[in-house]
Amino acid sequence: MQQAGRPGAARDHDGGAVVITVPGLQALIDSLRGLGYTVIGPTVRDGAITLAELSSTGELPAGWGDEQDAARYRLHQRDDAALFGFAATAQSWKSILFPARELLWSAERSDTGFTARPPEQPPPRYALLGVRSCDLHAIGIHDHVLTSRASADTGYAARREDAFIIAVACGNPGGTCFCVSMGTGPEPDAGFDLSLTELLDERGHRFLVTPGSERGRFLLSGLSPAPAGAADQAAAAALISESAARMGRVLDTDGIRELLYGNAEHPRWDDVAARCLACTNCTLVCPTCFCTSIEQVSDLAGDHVEQHRVWDSCFTSEFSRLGGGSVRGSTASRYRQWMTHKLASWIDQFGMSGCVGCGRCITWCPAAIDITEEAAALREPRPVSEDS
Amino acid sequence: MKTRSISEYLGEHPFFAGLDPDSVQELAGCARNEHIRAGDYLFREGGTADHFYVIMHGRVALQLFSPGHGPLVLDSAGEGEVLDWPWLVPPHRWFSDAKAVEPTSVVALDSACLRRKCEADPRLGYRFLQRVTHEMNQRLQATRVRLLDLYGRP
Amino acid sequence: MTQDTRPRTPTAPTGRQPPPPPMLPRPFRVLSSRQDTPDTWTLALTPEDGVPLSFAPGQFTMLGALGAGEVPISISGDPTGDVLEQTIRDVGGVTHSLVTAVAGDVLTVRGPYGNSWQAGDQATAGGDLVIVAGGIGLAPLRSVILGAVAHRERYGRVTLLYGARSPAERLYPGELTDWAYQGIEVGVTVDRADQDWAGRVGLVTELIPAAHLNPDRTTALVCGPEVMMRFVATALLDTGIPASRIRISMERNMACGIGLCGHCQLREFFICTDGPVFGYDQLAGLLAIREA
Repeated sequence: MQQAGRPGAARDHDGGAVVITVPGLQALIDSLRGLGYTVIGPTVRDGAITLAELSSTGELPAGWGDEQDAARYRLHQRDDAALFGFAATAQSWKSILFPARELLWSAERSDTGFTARPPEQPPPRYALLGVRSCDLHAIGIHDHVLTSRASADTGYAARREDAFIIAVACGNPGGTCFCVSMGTGPEPDAGFDLSLTELLDERGHRFLVTPGSERGRFLLSGLSPAPAGAADQAAAAALISESAARMGRVLDTDGIRELLYGNAEHPRWDDVAARCLACTNCTLVCPTCFCTSIEQVSDLAGDHVEQHRVWDSCFTSEFSRLGGGSVRGSTASRYRQWMTHKLASWIDQFGMSGCVGCGRCITWCPAAIDITEEAAALREPRPVSEDS
Repeated sequence: MKTRSISEYLGEHPFFAGLDPDSVQELAGCARNEHIRAGDYLFREGGTADHFYVIMHGRVALQLFSPGHGPLVLDSAGEGEVLDWPWLVPPHRWFSDAKAVEPTSVVALDSACLRRKCEADPRLGYRFLQRVTHEMNQRLQATRVRLLDLYGRP
Repeated sequence: MTQDTRPRTPTAPTGRQPPPPPMLPRPFRVLSSRQDTPDTWTLALTPEDGVPLSFAPGQFTMLGALGAGEVPISISGDPTGDVLEQTIRDVGGVTHSLVTAVAGDVLTVRGPYGNSWQAGDQATAGGDLVIVAGGIGLAPLRSVILGAVAHRERYGRVTLLYGARSPAERLYPGELTDWAYQGIEVGVTVDRADQDWAGRVGLVTELIPAAHLNPDRTTALVCGPEVMMRFVATALLDTGIPASRIRISMERNMACGIGLCGHCQLREFFICTDGPVFGYDQLAGLLAIREA
């Protein structure tokens, strides 16, 4: 079930790795914009590395790195000009492909009651620049959950349909990263149009680029890049190996489904509940969380009505409201629901784990709750009671 | 037409299922048939509880009369069921009315007779009490759940 | 283990119309509204576009009032008819908008969603059917009963055991009598009664022993408050009916009804797409976990 990030896995694809420079990357951005894509990539804003529309490499977080730990996120200046010298962005690509609020339909009252219409405006064509392997797997998980089952999220499907993905190998895993445990990195191995590995040494600042699709190869060919030499390929492989060895966290997934299913009454749930604020940060930053709610809004006369899909979280009391109360009233039951779903039920529902090891839930939890620590705690023998 | 003995008649009732015919015969020695018209009372609140009623046909409602509200129905017992247990323990007093809501046939077992026979033969007494306790358990559980008013709260 | 995430190469547009987005509602007009109990109404609805909503007993719709929102409501009507019947309990908010709708009003309908009681499947038909309903739980079972009445020859014994709060709060009281004349063995009990009630008073589980069910050939369909369904399932198991032949209809908070919003999950099950009907063997363990 676990795949370690295998160096050289990128070469399982169409081969043809080439090398481009920073101006070459700018040329790629320009080509994509010329084709009508809205390029989204990481940028520094408000003391964090977040996602925004970009038109130039100058907007990328050059020379910025991040320190991430439980309840801790800080940027620091690097001693080089690396464009992707950080781990996970604060927000995941979920905020682009599956935005927090989306119009589902609008309706006008009429003699036949009403006519409901889906939004007419087609979504922008997105080019996602800088997708880490963990986030790439998260997109793959959303593809399955949101588009391959009996009913699809049409907005996500439309945005995903034409999305151009430029993945970036991770050379600076963070303190909360555990993609190796989840078999989702650090090297992007499938599902991208282009995959970049940033190399910055005495031979200069450059990117090893591996095409992953026909259109990726076509876009690259416009730059007439030089093929990647053996030294650069070796440097890229070494970078991946080093990243795989520098994970900040470990999550043992062996028998994780049975572990969670079998411990619904474990005292640890009350322990974590004493710390958890049910603030929903974890579900907001998690790239695979997909729970939503439906809201209807109307104008004052009630003639024009809209239905919106909005992000929701299983940590709220409203989420499981039934009859006069909530099925999951206690924080303990909600944390248990989130963790059991993410690591266990997801497997039965979708044939895969729901966790990609990006570490965002650990970084952005104000109470420093760590899903890897909670999973390990469930494996510990239960405390023996005093009177036995 | 062959008339069945009260012992055979009683033995067919679910309360006595599994009890050996000799024991049923022994207990039947305390029994007599009764027929109650719809609207008539089997017993009244406060009366001496001197019979154990085995309901063969019909239906009896247990009621308490409340001024301003009239009779309030507590519970009901019908064919295949029994009424009730105050005859077992002092002060041997009925705590509610029992009114037949349909024409009802019961086998009434004299409680003093029953108590004498159970004292004389403790094994018979134990088996009889097991059955009564089973009925009480079922009734109590069902009544507890009814108190939750599950259909009343959304 | 992970699925292939490789994006598809863009192709020329096919010109085919994509399917309508699943969240688009259909307008249905209220033909009539009947108050059944102090807090329950039955609406009869007809589609504005003339296309009847075809459903299997046990399924539900996301029924709504435009501007107020949508709620999951079981379909309680005749599966062979053209009229959509839904019985709704007023618990405030959206349901209040629904129960105050009058003939001529237009409501929003999506569905039908969920799975069915499968009373007509091979394993069930030919055997005996026992239908145990508590309170408003009779509504999702009414479609099965109507189907059984219409095709009575498909089953052996068909028994309905119904528990209501009080005589005045029985659903479909006239039909209960009709069904008794149409080959259905009907047992009714109420939790509380006044002196005018000559019927049974007691919990619906107390109707089970007198039903003399044959465990080897009986399938049970159970619907009501979750506590009631647990007790009824236990009582049915005690008669020897296997858990796989006891089916219950579950209820959870739903926003979408199509397996995407995530609200209705009971551990690994989506009540809206894996249910709402489940075999008791699937859920027995989960129902024992508090706040699951």
